[in-house]
Amino acid sequence: MAQADVSMGAGSVGHAHPDKWKWYDYFTFNVDHKVIGIQYLVTSFIFYLIGGFMAVLMRTELSTANSDFLNPDLYNAFLTNHGTIMIFLWIVPAAIGGFGNYLIPLMIGARDMAFPKLNALAFWLNPPAGALLLGSFFFGGAQAGWTSYPPLSLITANAAQTMWILAIVLVGTSSILGSVNFLVTIWKMRVPSMNWDQIPLFCWAMVATSILALFSTPVLAAGLILLLFDINFGTSFFRPDAGGNVVVYQHLFWFYSHPAVYLMILPIFGIMSEVIPVHARKPIFGYKAIAYSSLTICIVGLFVWVHHMFTSGTPPWMRIFFTISTLIVAVPTGIKIFSWVATLWGGKIRFTSAMLFAVGLLAMFVFGGLSGVTLGTAPFDIHVHDTYYVVGHFHYVLFGGSVFGIYAAVYHWFPKMTGRMLNEKLGQLHFALTFVGTILTFTPMHELGMQGMPRRVAMYDPQFEALNQLVTVGAYILAVSVVPFYLNVIWSWSKGKQAGPNPWDAKTLEWTTASPPIIENWEILPVVTHGPYEYGFDPKDVVPDQPSQESMVPK
Amino acid sequence: MKQIPAPLLTLILGVVVTLISLWYGQNNHLLPVQASEQAPLVDGFFNAMATIAMALFIVVEGAIIYALLRFRRPKGDDTDGLPIEGNLPLEAFWTAIPAVIVVGLGLYSVVVFQEMGGFSPGGHHGNGTLVAQAPQKSVVDIGSALLAEGENGGIYTKIPVYGFGASPLEEGNNPDLTVNVTGMQYAWIFRYPDSGITDGELHVPVGEDVQLMIEAQDVIHSFWVPQFRLKQDAIPGETTELRFVATKEGTYPVVCTELCGAYHGAMRTQVIVHSPEDYAAWVESRVAQATSGAETVAYLPQQRTDADYLAAYTQDLSLAPEQITQLAEHHMVH
Repeated sequence: MAQADVSMGAGSVGHAHPDKWKWYDYFTFNVDHKVIGIQYLVTSFIFYLIGGFMAVLMRTELSTANSDFLNPDLYNAFLTNHGTIMIFLWIVPAAIGGFGNYLIPLMIGARDMAFPKLNALAFWLNPPAGALLLGSFFFGGAQAGWTSYPPLSLITANAAQTMWILAIVLVGTSSILGSVNFLVTIWKMRVPSMNWDQIPLFCWAMVATSILALFSTPVLAAGLILLLFDINFGTSFFRPDAGGNVVVYQHLFWFYSHPAVYLMILPIFGIMSEVIPVHARKPIFGYKAIAYSSLTICIVGLFVWVHHMFTSGTPPWMRIFFTISTLIVAVPTGIKIFSWVATLWGGKIRFTSAMLFAVGLLAMFVFGGLSGVTLGTAPFDIHVHDTYYVVGHFHYVLFGGSVFGIYAAVYHWFPKMTGRMLNEKLGQLHFALTFVGTILTFTPMHELGMQGMPRRVAMYDPQFEALNQLVTVGAYILAVSVVPFYLNVIWSWSKGKQAGPNPWDAKTLEWTTASPPIIENWEILPVVTHGPYEYGFDPKDVVPDQPSQESMVPK
Repeated sequence: MKQIPAPLLTLILGVVVTLISLWYGQNNHLLPVQASEQAPLVDGFFNAMATIAMALFIVVEGAIIYALLRFRRPKGDDTDGLPIEGNLPLEAFWTAIPAVIVVGLGLYSVVVFQEMGGFSPGGHHGNGTLVAQAPQKSVVDIGSALLAEGENGGIYTKIPVYGFGASPLEEGNNPDLTVNVTGMQYAWIFRYPDSGITDGELHVPVGEDVQLMIEAQDVIHSFWVPQFRLKQDAIPGETTELRFVATKEGTYPVVCTELCGAYHGAMRTQVIVHSPEDYAAWVESRVAQATSGAETVAYLPQQRTDADYLAAYTQDLSLAPEQITQLAEHHMVH
């Protein structure tokens, strides 16, 4: 890994570490939060390609109504692992592990996370999980979908299914460790001069994310371990022919997995609240409303899981209760969307690649949010549950939302991480392809589902062929769209224009240190003298963050 | 007229957005033919949501596009935008509006759900035993163990039953026709306890109150007829209910919507909605076949091989029929 030659010695802090990390340090059990952040990001971007490759193969299969390209077992293995990898080894580790670890200490003026070794351990649980998932293909691959409902998961590809469970338990453990770390770090490690209302909104979003992960992940782990016992040790928690109950698994699964969609979007909402003010040159509109709406989503999000089970063995009162709780989530989400639009209003918008992806996300999320409201209502969900309508909806929010957000974050913070700028022209090409590809791929899916096409099928009614071909064309465009991005990142990492400490003229603390930051972030910790988004105020009124002698000693 | 006054412009835009949304709500053509009493209820509800969603979509996306065009940085201008950090009345407004909309939608959904019969599944506690009372000749071989258990007061007498029951109009009435539905990899079996018919397709008379008692033999399946707008999972170890009145004669697909194995996408059959006369004729012909013996046997699942089930799809698959049989057996064995 090339380091920019910003010569700021770290020796003054007096710890036993080199001035700069060498490339091979990134392959070791390194405890620096910035190394760990980059480890998460690079790993997740590799798995993004693998999961995307599976999607391309599936879309190729689906370009014709017949099952004529992939063996149907393999198709199911791809659909299972595409979902699993994209959730657990791409969006979660990139958004939470990658940006969370890299940015939080820098944003709050800390030298590292509260528990650096735990942090490194949390990361190193991820590569074995990925290896287990990929290795499971030698045993047929798990084929029961990322939901792995029993009894199908009990009777299909047992060895691969077991590996799948172990992989999820590993990343789940990683997520729990990470969450504890984020909470303690944000709670205890802020630079003393930072008040609660001066914490960047990304950190608020990570507080909400971490609470959610802590409450929900253990429940998934419990459910999966019971499933593992059923498969391998003859227990019958979920075996209906031996007294088990299959619906219980669905509750355990969705108690985690619905909050998991908020795990994948809350950090992205945080990223949005950082990127938009910087490039719109305007303070964030409604700081408190955005911070509290993250916490509201976190709390309400714990009580909506049964909307995934409206067609299952679900009593009527649950269908109604969870319809209403699900609809309520639209309110805090709407607050965020409107606040970001209001932040753009009256700004001096700079259309950097980061900003393109941020406003692209805004446009996509409006659509995905509205289709989500329709899906949350029991009467309509009964019709479209487990159809392509659902596939279209969640890709709109996960690809149009989370992935756009990760891209925005990379364009925004790459200069901080590497000391080099990304190429803007390639960034614009990347955005154009991604935007068009997203609309083409995921919009027709809604109509397909409403018309009668179920999800998770390798073969379908020929009347749906034309729309499916449109979707496949969109998917190919998305596949091509990553080429300029990866080329840009690889090339710019060593050859890009020098960034300097603060290329965007941003106000949060991470921009007060060198790019890339020195090993313990600052020689002298900064003092917070203004809020994180104070753009447009009379320069005379705003004192820039200054180094100060009194805060030299790390907390 | 050099400039339209702002309130007038807002009014015009408001009217235009409303008209477009109302038009879209009624003319989106996204849903298939309506063939059950529930279908118009669901569609009316969806169209109401589509109207509101379209209005919000136009307003918010319009605001985004306007802001991006209007507030882009002029070339060479390196100053910042206005230091506006919030506006409490505005924030209260955009919190209240969605809150009112979702509360309204929530209440509306409860009403629709009740009309659909969502509050009354399991109203007849005897339902579970109907399965057990089904004539012995229709008992599926592989499922016989489970059924025997049912007769002894085992899993099938479990109450309550989930799903969709009688609509408020039919509340308290017995259904006109009950069909026991079994989902299995990769077929649906329909058994008519009143007449002893077993079939791979669902035949129902138009305009009559039909009750499906749904169960699964191996893994979870889900019974969906898009034209009925109704769906209910078939859950191993639990009987679920789906009660409907078909309103339009015709043939509609029955689609499995819960991933159930390699050939999940091939697990399809159809529901034929007959006129009452045609339905009576169909029942008569099937009962006649049953008494003559030979034909019915051909419909008994245990007499059919996997290849028979998959015959319809083999020509579409790149695999040879023997390979498919092998694959299917591989799954059955577990």
